Amino acid sequence: MRIKGKIVFSGIVEGQLVVSKKAISFLGGVDVETGVIRERGHPLEGIGLKGKILLLPRGKGSTVGSYTLYQMKKNGVAPSGIFSVQGDEMVASGAIISEIPMLYEPRGELLNIPCGKRAILNAKEGYLEVQD
Amino acid sequence: MELGKHERDILKGRKGEGMKKALEILIILAEIHNAKRLIPITSAQISGVSYKTIGDAGLEFLKDMAEAEIKVNTPTTLNPAGVDFTSELKFPEDFVEKQREIIDTYTKMGVLPSCTCTPYYAGNLPRMGDHIAWAESSAVIYANSVLGAMTNRESALSALSAALVGKVPDYGLHMKENRAPTLLVEVEYPIISEADYAALGYHIGQNYEGIPYFRIRKKPRAEDLKTLGAALATGQVSMFHYHNITPEASYYHIDKIEKVELGQKEVSEAYEKLNSTEDVDIIAVGCPHAGISEILDVIKADPKREVWVFTSKNLKELFRDRIDNENIKLIADTCMVVSPLEKMGIKSIGVNSAKAAFYSMNLSNLKVKFDSLENLLRD
Repeated sequence: MRIKGKIVFSGIVEGQLVVSKKAISFLGGVDVETGVIRERGHPLEGIGLKGKILLLPRGKGSTVGSYTLYQMKKNGVAPSGIFSVQGDEMVASGAIISEIPMLYEPRGELLNIPCGKRAILNAKEGYLEVQD
Repeated sequence: MELGKHERDILKGRKGEGMKKALEILIILAEIHNAKRLIPITSAQISGVSYKTIGDAGLEFLKDMAEAEIKVNTPTTLNPAGVDFTSELKFPEDFVEKQREIIDTYTKMGVLPSCTCTPYYAGNLPRMGDHIAWAESSAVIYANSVLGAMTNRESALSALSAALVGKVPDYGLHMKENRAPTLLVEVEYPIISEADYAALGYHIGQNYEGIPYFRIRKKPRAEDLKTLGAALATGQVSMFHYHNITPEASYYHIDKIEKVELGQKEVSEAYEKLNSTEDVDIIAVGCPHAGISEILDVIKADPKREVWVFTSKNLKELFRDRIDNENIKLIADTCMVVSPLEKMGIKSIGVNSAKAAFYSMNLSNLKVKFDSLENLLRD
């Protein structure tokens, strides 16, 4: 299955999908040392983002979250790729400064894809290829 | 999107990696908001300065940016930091050190360390119609509403990017057609104090988006407009009009827009939400940073208990040696919201600003008493 999107930051990565049906706050919501989501009550609480391709509706919370993503990248615990339903300023700016390949505005249903599948995020040509 | 030669050079990496990233951020913002072009700006105001808000993550990023030896391309001022380096107050040492590093990195990029949320009191005063890229929601709403300058509510990172490139995407409040009022607000109770303006702004800011138009008989002081705007901006409001007062108010017919009448009930509710204690450790004014009239108010009140007045460094300097009352502490470069008060032994605070009340509760976990300066000092 292939879903196209608009390019925020170019690059090609392969990895396992983490799919969040709810928005993610990076500042306070994610542990920058481990990359684990720690927002209480979040559907992905306790799940690690390190090296994963993260699918999410949008970011939320403080715009300082862009810097949080940057520090996760420096700590080696950032997601390897991001596909956001909405073009979210905080996540998009964070992806650019952290050089994380990212797409937004999927042409197709993105958040119904199950967690754990392997995929290739091609943010050079602008699509996500989910393996069966 | 249309890009000039300067921008194409930046994208090719000819002006360095940092500059390239800054432009890439602006281009993505333009795409997200369907802006067709970037427009030149006459000034920038950058938020994300206090170590309390940006933490090690922000410091790390800024250091890497500053190392690339890039400079801002427009006059750029800075939001308050977490510390007044020249104050007698005891700020935590490790915090002071980190704070110094943050300011140094901004200065290295050519940013002026004004460290105030009222850049318009400190020499960064845009003209009507100027396009600017300001972060700091209270300054954004003041610039749009009271000064008639044009800016969206930028983030720390988008304001820095705009300052570096000298341009900003053309959308939102940069376009005249998006500056019309969307809600007529009439008030059916007497507005007496500055805190009444703050409570009014807080109520509207928490319940409405869009651009309110206030039709109120009372003529506000300039500082009241600052307080009102800051309170509105605790929500999503980035511009307001005030009948017969703000410069663009007369452009619009207001008969056909949605109307809301506020009574005693709404304002009392706002006061209730912003109050969580009766007794306070200190009284703090100057959110946004105090103007001349507000400092004179405190001096005139001759307080018998400690009052911290946060202001810009030029006004602190102006009033140096002009205050006899030892209870009045003039503090520059920081404020009750972004300094680490909770780590300085302060558990409760009395404020006359709804913005200060809101963030003291939600960011610093302090107990808050919100009322007019006059009432705060009476007890």
